[in-house]
Amino acid sequence: MANKRWPENWQDVTPGCIVSEPGSASQYHTGDWRAQRPIWDNTKCIKCGVCYIFCPEGCIIEKEDGFFEADLDYCKGCGICAHECWPLAIKMVEEG
Amino acid sequence: MEIALAAAEAAALCRPDVIAAYPITPNTHIPEHLSDIVAEGRLDAEFICVESEHSALSACMGASGAGARVFTATSSQGLLYMAEIMAIASSMRLPVVMALGNRALSGPLNIWNDHSDIMSQRDTGWISLFASHGQEVIDMVIQSFRIAEDRDVMLPININLDGFQLTHVVEVMDFPLQEEVDAFLPVYKPYASLHPDHPCSMGTLGLPEIFAEATRAREAAVVNSRKTILKVWDEWEKRFGRRYEPIESYKMKGAEVAVLTMGSMGETAEVAIDALREKGVPVGLLKLKLWRPFPYEDLQKAVKGVKSLIVMDRAVSFGGPGGPVASEIRSALYDDPNRPDLTNYIFGLGGRDVTVEDFITMIDKVRLADKKRPKEHYEFYGVRGE
Repeated sequence: MANKRWPENWQDVTPGCIVSEPGSASQYHTGDWRAQRPIWDNTKCIKCGVCYIFCPEGCIIEKEDGFFEADLDYCKGCGICAHECWPLAIKMVEEG
Repeated sequence: MEIALAAAEAAALCRPDVIAAYPITPNTHIPEHLSDIVAEGRLDAEFICVESEHSALSACMGASGAGARVFTATSSQGLLYMAEIMAIASSMRLPVVMALGNRALSGPLNIWNDHSDIMSQRDTGWISLFASHGQEVIDMVIQSFRIAEDRDVMLPININLDGFQLTHVVEVMDFPLQEEVDAFLPVYKPYASLHPDHPCSMGTLGLPEIFAEATRAREAAVVNSRKTILKVWDEWEKRFGRRYEPIESYKMKGAEVAVLTMGSMGETAEVAIDALREKGVPVGLLKLKLWRPFPYEDLQKAVKGVKSLIVMDRAVSFGGPGGPVASEIRSALYDDPNRPDLTNYIFGLGGRDVTVEDFITMIDKVRLADKKRPKEHYEFYGVRGE
């Protein structure tokens, strides 16, 4: 969470903690939380897009060649994509 | 006119945009009459018949976030059903105005008057006003919109009126004219609203890194709202000739014994004070109108020279050091070396009637007491077997 800037003092907190910058959640890179990451085996992938649909973060992107990958800035490593993949093309691998 | 209907009429004069409410005795006449006013076309507002009080406050909050002027009303269990959102309305700094027909919290199920409902919500960060008769109800409802929507305040506010003792009582009252209310209460200009032209997020997550600062800022807002409340009350006196103070003093000149009340019991106490003063007893009455933010300065000023203060509580804090009002008064006066002796009576629970004779008995008991009598933190009055 080093990229987050907190108001220095309580006097600087916006009334009601209103966030006036639209889409500011994208500045918070939740990828920091990850303990495992999804790895695609493209020999097995049938490009069905189920992983893309089921990702709760919406961070799986379709590459130009039609295969998929996770945006590691936001991927929290929940493993739902690996769980839902029909041809078992996705494996969850420990970070570090 | 019945005071509950008057509260509805007063709210209608303020031109709310959205009213979301659910009926509960003894408060029902307030939203019910408002729904009649809207149906008759006298008020151009959206009346949402929600399925519960939880939805009522949620709907009001959402509407307020969108920039609407909102009003709701409830009592007792209905207030508890709203409890989840009470603190949120305050933390989101949304000026929701709510009329509370104070009713006892259940068990056993009781629809009659006491203050346990609002006392259970006193820490939620709402401004709280207490009305002691119908005219105050009308005035406070209208003042509340002005106070809540002020840029220096931006806080939800509740107006407390005793269930049945006030809501179902018929009194002669003065209504300001629509033009007078329009002049006093400008169109609501929200600090921020959920308009797509200037999007914002309200009610976001607050990590430990920010929660303490956000809470501190909210406390500052509640405390500082006092300035605006006093300013609005000054303006009200100029426009309508009726004076409001956080603590109103009645026959306090030279008083050695003072009684402190909140709500309609103050009216009964006045008669008792008159009777005792006739006999030359130096006793006076303090009617507390501003409960939150707590009126420290006014309390200190009011009890100067008083030897004995009798605080009336219409609620219990089970296992606590006294009734809710007395505990706070005692705590506020703790550091004053000249503070009066404090006696706390808990009475009038669940609609139990309190009479002029009861007040005289309680006052006499305190002022004629043997000084060496051990002082309990609180005493129940009028309970059979006590």
